[in-house]
Amino acid sequence: MSADSLLTLAQSDDLRAIAGVIIPVSAEFDVPGADDPAIHADMVATLGRDAGLVREALDELARLAGRPLAGLDPARRAAVAMELRATGGAAVATLTRVVLQCYYRDDRVVRSLGLEPRPPYPKGHVLEEGDWSLLDPVRVRSPMWRRP
Amino acid sequence: MNDPVDVLIIGAGASGAAVAWSLAETKMHILCLEQGGWMNPATYPSTGRDWEARAFGDYSPSPNIRAQPEDYPVNDDNSPIKVVNFNGVGGGTVMYTAHFPRLHPSDFRVRTLDGVADDWPVDYDTLAPFFEENDRMMGVSGLAGDPGVPPRSPPMPPLALGRSGTMLGKAMNRLGWHWWPSDTTVATADYEGRARCINLGHCTPACAQGSKASTDITYWPVARRAGVELRTHCRVREITTNEHGMAAGVVYYDADGVEQFQAAEVVVLACNGVGTPRLLLTSASGRFPNGLANSTGLVGKNLMFHPYAQVYGYVDDETDSNRAPPTCLWSKEFYETDKSRGFVRGYTFQFGRGVGPVAEAVASDAKGLVPWGAGHHAAFRRLNGHRLGLSAICEDLPEEHNRVTLDPALKDSHGIPAPRIDYTIGENTARMMEHGIARAKEILAAAEATEICVNSPILYGGWHLLGTARMGTDPARSVVNEWGRSHDVKNLFIVDGSLFVTSGGVNPTSTIQALALYIADQMKQRLANLFD
Repeated sequence: MSADSLLTLAQSDDLRAIAGVIIPVSAEFDVPGADDPAIHADMVATLGRDAGLVREALDELARLAGRPLAGLDPARRAAVAMELRATGGAAVATLTRVVLQCYYRDDRVVRSLGLEPRPPYPKGHVLEEGDWSLLDPVRVRSPMWRRP
Repeated sequence: MNDPVDVLIIGAGASGAAVAWSLAETKMHILCLEQGGWMNPATYPSTGRDWEARAFGDYSPSPNIRAQPEDYPVNDDNSPIKVVNFNGVGGGTVMYTAHFPRLHPSDFRVRTLDGVADDWPVDYDTLAPFFEENDRMMGVSGLAGDPGVPPRSPPMPPLALGRSGTMLGKAMNRLGWHWWPSDTTVATADYEGRARCINLGHCTPACAQGSKASTDITYWPVARRAGVELRTHCRVREITTNEHGMAAGVVYYDADGVEQFQAAEVVVLACNGVGTPRLLLTSASGRFPNGLANSTGLVGKNLMFHPYAQVYGYVDDETDSNRAPPTCLWSKEFYETDKSRGFVRGYTFQFGRGVGPVAEAVASDAKGLVPWGAGHHAAFRRLNGHRLGLSAICEDLPEEHNRVTLDPALKDSHGIPAPRIDYTIGENTARMMEHGIARAKEILAAAEATEICVNSPILYGGWHLLGTARMGTDPARSVVNEWGRSHDVKNLFIVDGSLFVTSGGVNPTSTIQALALYIADQMKQRLANLFD
């Protein structure tokens, strides 16, 4: 296990490989895959309290793959990933969530969604006022609540 | 040795803060003990790029997931709905959606009107001035003129309809069903030192802007200026009694973990529907072997949650998603009893505006809406920013088998027994939830939403913790009297959601605080003979 990580090197490699299967690079949308080095580094650095369940999922992944996931051909890699997804449970859900939460906060990915790569505070957002005349038919209704 | 105090309040959340503020004018020595600390808005999730991820960690609504030092574990394995709460100054108001409806007048007369459960010992008209007072203190935004609820005058205008509210309003009009902008404690104007909402859109896990009313920034600053003392990181283990069967004070662990005794003339419990019965049960003694205030055996029983039936789908146009407060509209179309529906009582529809990209990705993955692999991107882009949804907040009727007890094994970090929850959804409520799901699907169809998803009940949806120390005039059928005083222990008061005789079909914080203010007012009026 590396000093700055809660995963072994093999687990870290498998995490990166499965992330790339879950969300591959896309030229069409001009976005990296979830196995991008920066996104992978974010996952490893922020694993924290999720480490136990993620390790559990990676152990299961290693068992299904029988060797490092990255060493399998793409078709076999995808098949193993689908097998892992089908097992379900808290461990796989946590691993998936770790991948998704790091992917969808990457600047390049966030921009590709048409969003600004920033936290909500302090800039906030603009909320359209909307059309209050829509309430007109409701305003004319008689009181609906019961008087005991 | 701590100096004795006149009034000791346990818990600095929604109700404890309101009582502290109200009693402050008496100039009594009032002390509040809170197991958590003061909040620091600079560290709230919406200030960082990991703002969504923290909802799965240190800002999870579940104390079992959050697992902070101030949290206590809850064994809710035997419940389809998990307890959620927040511990700290402000309590659950730090982590709520700020949806702020009141119980309806009919909610206080359930037995009389519908022949189920029991009537409350107070009515809506009695609480009305306290609702108004609380609306001013918390700062409520809303729109007068709603035919679905009794007249009220929110001090600030409502949140904008936005894209989501407009779509939903149009859908409701197509169906001819009631809808209205929700009352909310999100400030839409600068209000009593709070800045107006700038649409951070991440209201529930605490508001960094300070627009959402939590009692750490509403009641507490005023109460402390008026002389109320608030001690944080103090976890109460038990309430002790004297030879007269009166509460003598409490034993608590201070911030250093040192056991302390605090004597008090009056003890007020404000720990809500799980924390309050837990503490009454841990206070069992030779004088009160079944727990304090528990001669009826009702402490912890009749737990009510409000099961949520959540339904959502996706529309072609962009919604407000995470770029606005989640609080949007409500509907009272199915609130009052109509026995032709196959159940009594009813529910409120609470409409949302959508979610952020991480929440969407995680939920859609779990629902199987987005594939792994090359198809992920297109599928996710079809969903992200297009969600429209609503929840039926269903009235839960009191049933004694739904209860809070002490877990025989699980303990908190101070060795105090943790609460255990045993709960099942009642038949009437289950029928109501099915009705709500069917109507919600009709609403979403009217909004031309597709790919409809249902979460029923919402697993981590046990926000509303009610009924476990119910109020009533009959000492054989209630824990406290009609003004919150224990039938058994004459200087012990309860002011939180435990008091609820029935749950209504709305978020309860407004009513909890109105009740707390009412009880404080009763105490002030009866100071000369409070223990008679």
